[in-house]
Amino acid sequence: MTLSTFCRASGTHVALAAVAMLAAIVIFPKVAPLYTLINVTLYMSMGVFALSLALLWGYGGILCFGQSAFFGLGAYAYAIAAINFGDTTLASAFAIGIPALFAAGLGYFLFYGRLSDVYLGVITLTVTLILFKLINSTGGDAWRIGEARLGGFNGIPNTPLLTMPFTGIPLSPANLFTLACIALFATYALCKRLITTRFGRAVIAVRENEVRAELLGYNARRLKLAIFVISAGIAGLAGLLFANSVFVSPTMFSLSMAAQVLIWVVVGGLGTLFGPVAACFALQIAAAALGKLGLIDPNIVLGLVLVVFVVFVPGGIQPALAALLARILTPPRGSPGHMREEAAR
Amino acid sequence: MSVHLLEARDVAMHFGGVKALDGVDFRLKKGELRCLLGPNGAGKSTFFRCLTGTHKPTRGHILFKGTDIAGKERHDIARAGIGVKTQVPSLFDGLTTHENLWLALRTVRNAVAREEKIADVMERVGISPLRDNVLGRMAHGQRQLVELAMVVASDPDLVLLDEPAAGMTDGEVERLASIIRDLNRTHTVVVVEHDMHFIRMIADQVTVFHQGRILAEGHVESILANQTVRDVYLGKKHGA
Ligand SMILES: Nc1ncnc2c1ncn2[C@@H]1O[C@H](COP(=O)(O)OP(=O)(O)OP(=O)(O)O)[C@@H](O)[C@H]1O
Ligand SMILES: [Mg+2]
Repeated sequence: MTLSTFCRASGTHVALAAVAMLAAIVIFPKVAPLYTLINVTLYMSMGVFALSLALLWGYGGILCFGQSAFFGLGAYAYAIAAINFGDTTLASAFAIGIPALFAAGLGYFLFYGRLSDVYLGVITLTVTLILFKLINSTGGDAWRIGEARLGGFNGIPNTPLLTMPFTGIPLSPANLFTLACIALFATYALCKRLITTRFGRAVIAVRENEVRAELLGYNARRLKLAIFVISAGIAGLAGLLFANSVFVSPTMFSLSMAAQVLIWVVVGGLGTLFGPVAACFALQIAAAALGKLGLIDPNIVLGLVLVVFVVFVPGGIQPALAALLARILTPPRGSPGHMREEAAR
Repeated sequence: MSVHLLEARDVAMHFGGVKALDGVDFRLKKGELRCLLGPNGAGKSTFFRCLTGTHKPTRGHILFKGTDIAGKERHDIARAGIGVKTQVPSLFDGLTTHENLWLALRTVRNAVAREEKIADVMERVGISPLRDNVLGRMAHGQRQLVELAMVVASDPDLVLLDEPAAGMTDGEVERLASIIRDLNRTHTVVVVEHDMHFIRMIADQVTVFHQGRILAEGHVESILANQTVRDVYLGKKHGA
């Protein structure tokens, strides 16, 4: 994996994304039926989820098999806080803060314990499965946090909708769509910005070679912990949006949720940000269409897509498209290969 | 405080039964240029790894600027002012020369100053044409030069170079010798090297390692004339 995203200005990508988001916010709610609007809001939340792992794995080099733990924790933290406080603004802060805090504790143990990458994968996966089991077993009336009943495998169907700050009016589906658009764009812009800061570059350095980074004076463990916490906060934000477009349930912690986000990142291109979001949208739309046809289990198709990409397009969509674009745009004379490829990203 | 920039006292590093280092006493004054030599497996690289915090010595003290750094964290030691070019180049393989050097300049906060410093170091080490090349695709000798450039750029008080000439062409070796001599005008330098010709080009004080201990120390010519050194070092090398 070679990528020199590093010292290049990211302005154009962010500007394009901003234009796309604005267009979506203005046009989409006017033309799309309610059902589609809600579904696309859901995809947006998943896009934020995809970014959380794209950042952590693609730039931090940390393969977390349990990203869904933070996603689920964010949603549950939101639902529980919102039910108890009767106010969703503070609850939203919980949705981001609780997963981040949990990641800080878990990450401290993982990184300061100097566990190898394999153990990191195993432990994050195990923690997710434990949370999944735990939440599933909270069916009884005794399982409540304050006013909020955890509801076992039913989840929390009465997850409160986000309300306007101060007025307390619940957001309409169109409002939620707008919010999801803004959240996705803001997360994208934040990640894009982050990887060009001194901090972000140091994180990339640790991904590339932890020993060399430390020999240059970078505190590798602290950097890994920091990016882990940031990524968990983003996953929590995704959980918050998900909770508002559907409701909170244990499937958020499930293995298939954890696997999906991995597939989006692989298919979209490890070490890219736009790619995983695009893959997330494309694969969800495809899965929904396949589900409607009912001919074949969408999960099998998803698995096949993963295998095809790992074997034939190991770099993922975004680098492949960039390379293709570069080939179309440049005359077929001797071209200084990789530099153009990378410049196109 | 001791007059020495670096002072290792009775440093030992055992791996199970293997005594890679077994009681090394080593002193270095500020501004020195010292060569370490010794047969394969003598413990030279292990000594460097103890100095840079990769290994916590089994026994002994390592005083750097008067503070004991034995067993301290790698990044803390780096921040204290020790920089190393490891025997097997350790680089950011997915990044370009420019990006590698950018990362080496951790303490330079001003962007303009950083770019100037990068250009300056690339010029000094002679790697300006490799600016946008990705490290993973470069030849061994070039990688050695980039790693050297990174160490130079990070401007440590003590520069450790483990076999910097390995894999270099004759031209590159000449250039390397002049870079090291130049570097020594402002920095304290320790170089591990096998090549006698190269050693003569850069240093006059040498320390000979043998089986985890220091066998001899002194002026290069008298050391090379020393019969014990000839026996263990040259003898072994030719016998191998
Ligand atoms: N991590 C380790 N575990 C076990 N043994 C080790 C380890 N590192 C080094 N050794 C052993 O310690 C001894 C010294 O090794 P070291 O690499 O320091 O030698 P050297 O002087 O640098 O040799 P060379 O000239 O070949 O680079 C060798 O016998 C080596 O096998
Ligand atoms: Mg060695």
